Amino acid sequence: MLGPPQTSFGEPDSFGQARRGSRLLGSGRGAVAVSTASTIVVLAALAALFLLAPGSAAVRHTFFNPADMWKSLIGDPRAGYYSVGEALWLNIRMFLAAEVLILIAALAIAVVRQSDSPVMFPLRLVSTIYVDVFRGVPLILVIFAIGFGLPALNLGFVSTQSAAVYGVAALVLSYSAYVSEVYRAGLNSVHQSQVAAARSLGLSHTAALRYVILPQAVRNIIPPLLNDFISLQKDTALVGVLGAIEANKAAEIFSDTVFNYSSYVVAAILFLILTIPLARFTDHLIARDRRLRLAGGTT
Amino acid sequence: MTGELRADTGTPEPAGPDAVGIEGLRKSFGANLVLDGIDLSVASHEVICLIGASGSGKSTLLRCINLLEPIDAGRILLWGQDITRPGIDQNRVRRNVGIVFQAFNLFPHMTVLRNVTLAPVKALGASRRQAEQEARALLERFGLLDKQADYPDRLSGGQQQRVAIVRALAMQPRLMLLDEVTSALDPELVAEVLDVIRELASSGMTMLIATHEMSFARDIANRVCFLAGGRIVEQGPPAELFTSPRDERTQRFLRRITDAGRL
Repeated sequence: MLGPPQTSFGEPDSFGQARRGSRLLGSGRGAVAVSTASTIVVLAALAALFLLAPGSAAVRHTFFNPADMWKSLIGDPRAGYYSVGEALWLNIRMFLAAEVLILIAALAIAVVRQSDSPVMFPLRLVSTIYVDVFRGVPLILVIFAIGFGLPALNLGFVSTQSAAVYGVAALVLSYSAYVSEVYRAGLNSVHQSQVAAARSLGLSHTAALRYVILPQAVRNIIPPLLNDFISLQKDTALVGVLGAIEANKAAEIFSDTVFNYSSYVVAAILFLILTIPLARFTDHLIARDRRLRLAGGTT
Repeated sequence: MTGELRADTGTPEPAGPDAVGIEGLRKSFGANLVLDGIDLSVASHEVICLIGASGSGKSTLLRCINLLEPIDAGRILLWGQDITRPGIDQNRVRRNVGIVFQAFNLFPHMTVLRNVTLAPVKALGASRRQAEQEARALLERFGLLDKQADYPDRLSGGQQQRVAIVRALAMQPRLMLLDEVTSALDPELVAEVLDVIRELASSGMTMLIATHEMSFARDIANRVCFLAGGRIVEQGPPAELFTSPRDERTQRFLRRITDAGRL
């Protein structure tokens, strides 16, 4: 079923090689024509399959109904459903808040785990356990635990936040564990001789970390970091389970009210619009990094 | 700035104690004994070359003096002050001791000027303007002023190593440790780096130089130390050590160097 590698992705051995031109389209003038033709063939086949399926008409009516898609995008509070487009704004805000907090928390965890001073041992132990636990527990369970657990504690300020705040807290808890490992890989990628050079000049441990190690480490991990953030953008949709009216929840309310699933397709398209630019930006950075490495010779 | 730093490492030159005093220094990595009782004293303004086969402990000795490697036994004194006792301010010691590595180890994400000014600004608290002024003066002295805005990967190996030397000098060290600084260079780039070291020697800098460049050692060193098996087997003025070595191991080492056409 998988067959030989498609020509549009270039020779198998071209992976990791220096190439000008787009990796996606392959290289050479002929490659563009071939990849265009094969794309058209594949898309046409998929479209035919969809249109010829016995249930095609019903699916088109329930999922791709233009009128319902428009209605769910704008929303109508009097009819009992919210605008999916407006609800997406909550996803964006949750994403931005979580992203900043994750970047800070994950860095702190990574630095603690990389430290070798005996004084730091308790902190090192705590952060190791933390990373193990939150990488292992499904995000949806963390969201439930925070979103329903903290209010049940009746602990004043801690128990009276909105669903969105609990959602952000859960996202930060879960993603910081992952992102701290990305940071750690970045810190390890900077050669030990850079530490020696910095310390030999009389820079303190902290100054060496801040001015010499971290800038190089962060440069190395920007692509994987952005990859995690693409994932984070989508996962804000999970906060809907707490009742926060984000895009996915708004789509669900629409489908429950109007009995049409087109709202979910609208939500999906909106998430794509959100994530694709970030994905392309990541690719751009990776490509630029490879060019710089080649131009610079070593390192 | 310098006066204050000099004050905390001991009595003023030149009447003071030796620049470096090493007593019974031992260091091993796991089961591998690298330094097996080193005793060495270096007077101020003296230039010492350490020679010996790879793995004889030259680099480790230099790294110990810069406190980059913790030692197992013995002590190291700089201008009479024991820098290996517990509780010593390592950063303060290192600010007086410049070290230059075989692989340059410039910071690749900073321009030449930033490489040179980072430590004076962040470790000594100098103002950026003053640090840059002094850095430019040093770069000019070593013919690198036109490279100040370049990143290290734009420079040749020889230029990078000269920048590394300037970076160490920017801290106004009283002692320079050079760890095989020409070993990673293409042959035609060696001379420009050696010229810099000669200039430093003639300006009176106290230096400990681990090197494989025998003819360079011969004409720059006040004293040459031959290391083998983690010990200083023989030491003396270069004229003496190179022409009439007494120890059998020194003779064998020098014969191999001569056979290779390096002396």
